[in-house]
Amino acid sequence: MPGSPIVFFILAIVAIGTALGMLISRNAVYSALLLALNFAAVAMLYLTLGAPFIALSQVTVYAGSIMVLFLFVIMLLGAERLQPAEVLRWQPYVAIPLVVILAADFAYNLFRENTEMLKVAVPSADYGTPAAIGNMLFTRFMLPFEVTAVILLVAVVGAVVLAKPDRPARPRSMERSDNPTPSKPVS
Amino acid sequence: MVPASYYLALSAALFVIGILGVLLRRNALVMFMSLELMFNAGNLAFVTFARMFGQLEGQIFVFFVMTVAAAEVAIGLALMVEIFRSKHSINMDEINTLKG
Repeated sequence: MPGSPIVFFILAIVAIGTALGMLISRNAVYSALLLALNFAAVAMLYLTLGAPFIALSQVTVYAGSIMVLFLFVIMLLGAERLQPAEVLRWQPYVAIPLVVILAADFAYNLFRENTEMLKVAVPSADYGTPAAIGNMLFTRFMLPFEVTAVILLVAVVGAVVLAKPDRPARPRSMERSDNPTPSKPVS
Repeated sequence: MVPASYYLALSAALFVIGILGVLLRRNALVMFMSLELMFNAGNLAFVTFARMFGQLEGQIFVFFVMTVAAAEVAIGLALMVEIFRSKHSINMDEINTLKG
């Protein structure tokens, strides 16, 4: 039963638990793995909401490629742990009250219109199928779709340019051996 | 059927946890992951509203958000590698100068 409350509550507990674990964990690798689990749980929530295409995109894009990228960078930098060097000590004392105010605002706005929120439209039979999404994407949303292609191209070029090591413009091909090896930090 | 407000409450909770992560953690990578968590919470709200009103536009928008988030992660992680190369740290409190 995709719409049953038990499924929702199990997935919600997993999602919130992994999010809190990501927040608390001292090791960035554990944070990344917990976040991947969180993305998987939210993908299953998308399935219960009748969005199979979005759910599978979530698994492939977020849990697949983005988290692999994160893990690569964490392990490449060797930055799993940070030394406890707190410079801005006052920051949590400002941040936590502000977050509490935000959460209260969310809760107020949710429960103020609770009667309206209970009504969920029963969707048509082909709601959220890949065919329906693709049909809409390639007709009404054609221009935004093409613009995202340009955005991805810009991101690829930008990432390559940013990650390029700053050598002189014309490196002499003989002197490749004296590259300074990146020193690993003492953790 | 689970009412839509439950999904919205879950989305709000995930968003608040993401904000806490950005504000409290000093590891730049974990802050970045919290940012992704907030994107995810927003997407959940979008899909919930799409289901509430029986419209597919919300799901299309989630698709675009995912694409832009992927681009943003690629650029952000490249920036982070570059910052680590010059500073040998990704502690946000130590990244306080504009010129490396």
